Amino acid sequence: MLLSVAQRFGHSVIGLVTASGELVLMLQDIIRAMFRYPLRCRLLLQQLYLIGVRSQPVVITTGAFTGAVFAAQIQFQFGPLGMPSAGGPVNALAMCRELGPVLCALMIAGRVGSSLAAELATMKITEQLDALRSLAVYPTEYLLVPRFLAMAIAMPILTVITIVCGIGAGYYVAVGMLGVDGVYYWDNTLKYTMAKDVWIGTIKGFFFGMMIALICCHKGLHSGYGAEGVGRATTDAVVDSSLAVLVANFFFTFLLNLLFPN
Amino acid sequence: MSAPLLDLQDIHKRLQKQHVLNGVNLQVHEGENMVIIGRSGGGKSVLLRHIMGLLRPDKGHVFFRGRDLTLISEEDLTTVRREMGMLFQNGALFDSLSVGENVAFSLREEGKLNEAEIIKEVARALKIVDLPGQESKMPSEISGGMKKRVALARAAISRPSLMLYDEPTAGLDPIVSDSINKLILRLGEEYNMTAIIVTHDMVSAYEIADRIAMLHEGKIYCVETPDAIQKSEDPVVMRFVRGISMVSDAIF
Repeated sequence: MLLSVAQRFGHSVIGLVTASGELVLMLQDIIRAMFRYPLRCRLLLQQLYLIGVRSQPVVITTGAFTGAVFAAQIQFQFGPLGMPSAGGPVNALAMCRELGPVLCALMIAGRVGSSLAAELATMKITEQLDALRSLAVYPTEYLLVPRFLAMAIAMPILTVITIVCGIGAGYYVAVGMLGVDGVYYWDNTLKYTMAKDVWIGTIKGFFFGMMIALICCHKGLHSGYGAEGVGRATTDAVVDSSLAVLVANFFFTFLLNLLFPN
Repeated sequence: MSAPLLDLQDIHKRLQKQHVLNGVNLQVHEGENMVIIGRSGGGKSVLLRHIMGLLRPDKGHVFFRGRDLTLISEEDLTTVRREMGMLFQNGALFDSLSVGENVAFSLREEGKLNEAEIIKEVARALKIVDLPGQESKMPSEISGGMKKRVALARAAISRPSLMLYDEPTAGLDPIVSDSINKLILRLGEEYNMTAIIVTHDMVSAYEIADRIAMLHEGKIYCVETPDAIQKSEDPVVMRFVRGISMVSDAIF
């Protein structure tokens, strides 16, 4: 029993170390391909549309409702204490530094990450990846570079959209629905929210985008065969990239706090 | 005799603990149509993948024009693959691209022709495979046989010097099969393409082949002319080409 648990634990650790190594090699391969081959602008634009433009309704809804609920909860706590306008900066800071980038990344991992993994896994099992190689095209350059770049470009923008929608919806709930003075609320928001708070969110979004792209592409390319293989790759891609975002966020928070001290 | 275009030397490959290839030696000369026959699951497709460099052998060498493909990187292999084309068993068309875009793929990658010339070449290629005017259809909208013909047009449009065919006629009706066989022969005659064809279809094999190699138990069992294979008295060859099974009389 104990041996079995130890074996399973050891197996998981080896799996994690192996996957991490493969991710680093894949990143190295992508970066090399970026400089070695001309950029496929048409494919990049296509991916930017699929990842960036088509994800907007999801991140707008996520940002708006998170900001709205957060603002309402703040007012329920701060209102009785006589400081309702303090809710503005609290909501804005939370959206900029944590909620915006993390929730946006989780939604993108679910919407885009799953589709990246499923698409690449399907290409693998239907021999389309081999067909690409047989047609003298390096798959990293054709498939991975545009997806990776599109995620790195789109994620900071989507994060900013999430933040803006969260702050806007928070303002609407506090001022429009709960009767907080709009001038004080907004004045306090601007007073205590700095450019660096937006930068922190945007930088997190940028790194989360690259992490999601890497993990999901890796899962897709290393999927098992058959419908089960594609299904498992897709699920693993979403779960692993979501967990990676949550864990990495903890470290980014401390690192970025060092880079942008109060 | 001139040096072979392709020289397989002692290829070994294990897949999931099974020794699929167990020392394959085979030479294919320029302009030749070599048919590889053998039992299902015997490693014929795996062998084709080694030639294309899609798989690397555990042991052995694949020489193409004297260059050992087992020693060069995946990125450098892409350059070598410009001289090769491969027809996959199920077509392997890119399902996000239309039929026309699939066929035009390698021409666009090469970048030698302008868009008008590419469109003209694609129309010509589709006409050759008896699918004129199908450019705008998506792979999901066409039948299995049509997919295979589109895949053939895609692989052959850039006129590679070596074409690999993985079961080109499997699952097709006899008329389409015959048209594909004739096409393979015509490509060889007109463009001096060397062809390696993996098939179970003995009618096609006799029609296309200059030589037939039989893969048996992970090795090349024999390499003969179609006529010699047809008349062979060897029990292994005879059983395969005449389709004599060894199942017991027991039923469920």
